Amino acid sequence: MGAESRWSKWRQSEGANGLLMVSPTAIYAILMLAAPLGTIFLYSFLTDGYLEIIRQFTVANYVEAWTNELYRSVMIRSLGVAMTVTFVTVILAFPVAYFVSFHVEASKKSLWLFLITIPFWTSYLIRVFLWKVILGYNGVVNSGLIGLGIIDQPLDFILYNVNSVVITLAHAYAPFAILPIFVALEKIDRSLLEAGQDLGETKFRTFLRVTLPLAMPGVIASVLIVFIPTIGDYVTPQLVGGPEGRMVANLIQLQYLKLDNYPLGSAIAVSAMAIVTLVSLAFIGLNRRYLKGPK
Amino acid sequence: MKGRWFKVYAIGYLLFLYAPIIILPMFAFNDATVIAFPLTGFSTRWFAAMFEQPTLGLAVKNSLFIAITSSILATTLGIFAARASTRYRFPMKAGIMGLIMLPLVLPEIIVAVSLLVVLLGMGVNLSLWTVILGHVLICTPFTIAILSSAFQSLDQSLEEAAYDLGETAASTFRLIILPLVMPGIISSLLISFTISLDEFIIAFFLAGTEPTLPVFIFSQFRFPAAVPVIMALGTVLVCLSIVLLTIAEFFRRRGIAKTGGKDTGGFL
Repeated sequence: MGAESRWSKWRQSEGANGLLMVSPTAIYAILMLAAPLGTIFLYSFLTDGYLEIIRQFTVANYVEAWTNELYRSVMIRSLGVAMTVTFVTVILAFPVAYFVSFHVEASKKSLWLFLITIPFWTSYLIRVFLWKVILGYNGVVNSGLIGLGIIDQPLDFILYNVNSVVITLAHAYAPFAILPIFVALEKIDRSLLEAGQDLGETKFRTFLRVTLPLAMPGVIASVLIVFIPTIGDYVTPQLVGGPEGRMVANLIQLQYLKLDNYPLGSAIAVSAMAIVTLVSLAFIGLNRRYLKGPK
Repeated sequence: MKGRWFKVYAIGYLLFLYAPIIILPMFAFNDATVIAFPLTGFSTRWFAAMFEQPTLGLAVKNSLFIAITSSILATTLGIFAARASTRYRFPMKAGIMGLIMLPLVLPEIIVAVSLLVVLLGMGVNLSLWTVILGHVLICTPFTIAILSSAFQSLDQSLEEAAYDLGETAASTFRLIILPLVMPGIISSLLISFTISLDEFIIAFFLAGTEPTLPVFIFSQFRFPAAVPVIMALGTVLVCLSIVLLTIAEFFRRRGIAKTGGKDTGGFL
């Protein structure tokens, strides 16, 4: 059997057909995603000249990104905001996913999910801007509370700071949090819950010992799918964050488009991604026991 | 009743989700230049003012071109990947599919800057086409998610029957598979169109001097006097996307019903 016939045999195998089929998309992703990501990784080790990038290896960009007080504080703030948003979003989303999965009739589930996803698909910029209107000095919240006589001065701690960034992002990523939890809850075999109660557990104990552990893969997926993009959000901190609410994406944009310092911008971007990856891996590691469960 | 409290909570949650969309038309039809309460009176003048914005027309045209092109390209790439991942096992499948789906979670600003660096490094001039490159990348994972469920619910014996009856791989795809996954394809086109039309960061970095609709909207936020017109524009856009999504959902459900699958829920 020569190399040629082995080749032609491989050509007809399932693996080769699959690779051939996936190749247009895979090549596109390699050229437009993997290669560019590799390039910014490379750039982060180059030296910034005034008009061009000098091809000289250095770690100075990373030293700058990690020791400069300004960059470090923005990075820590971004991490804090992303964690808070993730926590708030997932906690608020869980009961909704639980309600749709356990209390809504099967025929109406799609409608509920559709209603939940619609706001997510409508103009992101305008939604963020409207939070500015809702939280602003003359906004809905303030005029509402004043109208009800609860406060007599408008609250000013709800706009142009970290709080408004958290509220707006928690709103933007809500569907992302609900859907994975819903899918995990739907997969739970309902007879397990009956078994739990037949064996003398209360409803609440059954929830804690059966439902929640089985829903954990969905919760973990929600956490990751909210946490990872949130840390890199640009529009929300830009529009409602004010100077105190700037996040890492604003910093990256500043380095690239305003200061033209591609190497430092790349070092900040790579650092942010490294932190996100480490935190996500640590989170998955902590919850490993929920993920391997019986298949 | 325990279920009732959940229902109250879920409805409250929906109100929170819809709060901006409910407030949007109030200001679009409000007869005041300042975006604040109390409302002063009903007016449609902001809608009329939309047509006096020359840049807006250009931005709409550019965005439509980008969205139509991106949705066709992304859906085409999505068909290949969804078909490959649902029908075949192949080497490095998890790695390859992982890379293709990565833009789903990757912050868009990372996609934008990395593409910017490479394109400028290669000496490519920024244009609408560079935006399309980025939009195809971020739309493809969504198309794969939709199309995979369409391909997954296909009964493989239909395909085998076609081969037994003498059809080739290509004619089987055209005569059997394509019609069955067509609703999925339409739904995927509409979703990619909606994503691309609404995408800001990538367009902001890669469009050069060409305005797209979100870039135009973002630039107008700096001028308080321009904001009421943007509220009117936003109202039109929200209505448009709700219509598109409803059509997409209709086709997605019909597709699942057609192939006899079970509806597992939304788009994501």
